Amino acid sequence: MPVPLLQASGLSCERDDRLLFVDLELAVAPGDLLQIEGPNGSGKTTLLRMLAGLHTGFEGEIRWCGEPLARQREHFLRNLLYIGHRPGIKPLLTPLENLRAQLSGKPGVGDEQLESALDAVALFPFIHVPCHHLSAGQQRRVALAALYLSDEPLWILDEAFTAIDKDGVASLERLLHKRMSAGGAVILTTHHPLHVDGARSLSLARFAPAAEDLF
Amino acid sequence: MLKLPRLTPRQESQPVLPALLGVLRRDLLANFRRRQELFNPLIFFVMVVALFPLGVSPEVEFLRQSGAGILWVAALLSTLLSLDHLFRHDFDEGVLEQMLLQPQPLYLMVLVKVFSHWLVTGLPLVLMTPVLGVMLHLDGNSIGYLCLTLLVGTPVLSFIGAIGAALTLGLRSAGILLSLLIIPLYIPVLIFGTGTVTAVAAGLPVGSYIALLGALLVVAITCAPFATAAALRISVSNS
Amino acid sequence: MWQFFHKLGSPKWFYGIASRFMPWLLGSSLLLMVAGMVWGLAFAPPDYLQGNSYRIIFIHVPTAFLAQSAYVMMAVAGIVTLVWRMKLADVFVKAVAPVGAVLTFLALFTGAVWGKPTWGTWWIWDARLTSMLILLFLYCGVIALGNAIADEKSSARAVAVLVLVGVVNIPIIKYSVEWWNTLHQPATFKLTEKPSMPPEMWVPLLVMVLALYLFFGWIACLRMQNEILYRERRSSWVKAIMGTGNARASAKVTD
Repeated sequence: MPVPLLQASGLSCERDDRLLFVDLELAVAPGDLLQIEGPNGSGKTTLLRMLAGLHTGFEGEIRWCGEPLARQREHFLRNLLYIGHRPGIKPLLTPLENLRAQLSGKPGVGDEQLESALDAVALFPFIHVPCHHLSAGQQRRVALAALYLSDEPLWILDEAFTAIDKDGVASLERLLHKRMSAGGAVILTTHHPLHVDGARSLSLARFAPAAEDLF
Repeated sequence: MLKLPRLTPRQESQPVLPALLGVLRRDLLANFRRRQELFNPLIFFVMVVALFPLGVSPEVEFLRQSGAGILWVAALLSTLLSLDHLFRHDFDEGVLEQMLLQPQPLYLMVLVKVFSHWLVTGLPLVLMTPVLGVMLHLDGNSIGYLCLTLLVGTPVLSFIGAIGAALTLGLRSAGILLSLLIIPLYIPVLIFGTGTVTAVAAGLPVGSYIALLGALLVVAITCAPFATAAALRISVSNS
Repeated sequence: MWQFFHKLGSPKWFYGIASRFMPWLLGSSLLLMVAGMVWGLAFAPPDYLQGNSYRIIFIHVPTAFLAQSAYVMMAVAGIVTLVWRMKLADVFVKAVAPVGAVLTFLALFTGAVWGKPTWGTWWIWDARLTSMLILLFLYCGVIALGNAIADEKSSARAVAVLVLVGVVNIPIIKYSVEWWNTLHQPATFKLTEKPSMPPEMWVPLLVMVLALYLFFGWIACLRMQNEILYRERRSSWVKAIMGTGNARASAKVTD
């Protein structure tokens, strides 16, 4: 197995006086797709936010390319694409404006590429329509369009398929598959059954605290 | 379909300026799309000023004496009111999370965000001040200095206020809490702002007072975004 | 080094240490307080200008002094919270903030009481009183923010940031208020710049300051112990102390 890109060990998380999981271990290497499973409220979103460095109140260690994440933060962020529960889309702006603003820090991404990415998520007819006129699924697709322009080796996708129709899911699955064969690593949560070859899954139930730890 | 590039962890750093311009453009654009809302703090400003002649006294002498203080207090309250929006929309939409995950320094991002906030809320107050100054019977010289102090002072209000806005992000009853945290910190700005105009009216030299306000602005610009950035990380972590 | 810090930050360890020190703190502070009071109120000579009304300084000065230094102590604890994430530092901030607010209020109140015979009015917008009023506002902000954030760790860090911002501002506020005061009212009452106090006055004052510091230490320990018990209520050692729950239950000792 190649050196893991992202590796977590001994992660425990407590929210609102409730232990979500204890001693969680995970690792993703280039070419891996890891699906985090668990019922609502089991801490999937919190785990992804921890891995992305957004949520800091936890115990345990996260390593990026073998080094502690805190010391490699800038390097980590340059190589991460995170799409959260809330898609990061401003409803007053059009899909094109949203995507342009989000990717403005990346060199070499022009309007042409942005338009083709929005085309890839079937939003081309809507690129000049303010997002609050679009449906929830279409807004989600605006965020997902960033995936088609991403050269970041690590993707963390929270509820990647929520509100996406069947065709959209299929093309995303193709993208994920391509991504894996290109050596990208993906960590995601979804309640849809995932049809991607080589995907692994990790159930949070395995790391649920023993009953007596709760109180 | 796009071709995926070869994936190896990248080492080179990414350009800062385009990212900052992107933030500025997005914020200004979003504000432009809801421009009717931008008038609200301005109308509030005018209304608060109008309360004083009505509530205290319309006498020319009183208004001339307290005009600068009234305008400063009204500008302060108006800024406080508009601060709630500074990060709230971004926070609710998940845009803030994305901003925290940009490799560019958060300090600079915050600086740009607060600056764009000032452009759409603080600057209009300064531009409105001459009209209200005339209504409060201030003389031309005082109005000029009042505008100058507000021009230097309102960005300080925005930068300090951003700390409070970031700390109270995502909390219930954030508005009143924000005022509670921030008003004590506004007092020096208020004192130097109105004090300068009082000194002008008394015929004292005011260069040093304006320099003090300028010093406050420099300190606010250099220090406040650090505290704001730290507070944003805490609030996002808690959400 | 790290081990030592870790131990210092351990709530359980602190709880034990505090229990040992507290009786001494309380005893010595009460002793000094009684001594200082009797000395100051009964034996110190009356002021040549204000007569006996000045004697309120034996309460006013120590409270005002401590109210300000408590905020600085909170700021130091805030740095510790942010840099080393030490739980105990936050416990200190949360425990001390209301005490500081009460002390500030007492300083303001005794200042007002003192003002009546001296200035002929309860309140005067004097630079010191105004600064103390703003300090009270700052304390209120810290307490309000601490209460508003439910999550313990977020609350700790947010309050630490606020306290640090506040402590940076305190000198600026003080300076600006003094400047404002000279601008608006030429100094008519300057009681503070009298020729130096005779030792019969300042020695009991010093005793009172010391007594109040010790008392502050005691009450800080007491409140910190309470806070620790609440926070660690699920751990076995707290259950053992309190005699609640079944002490065997918990495998998770958050230490």
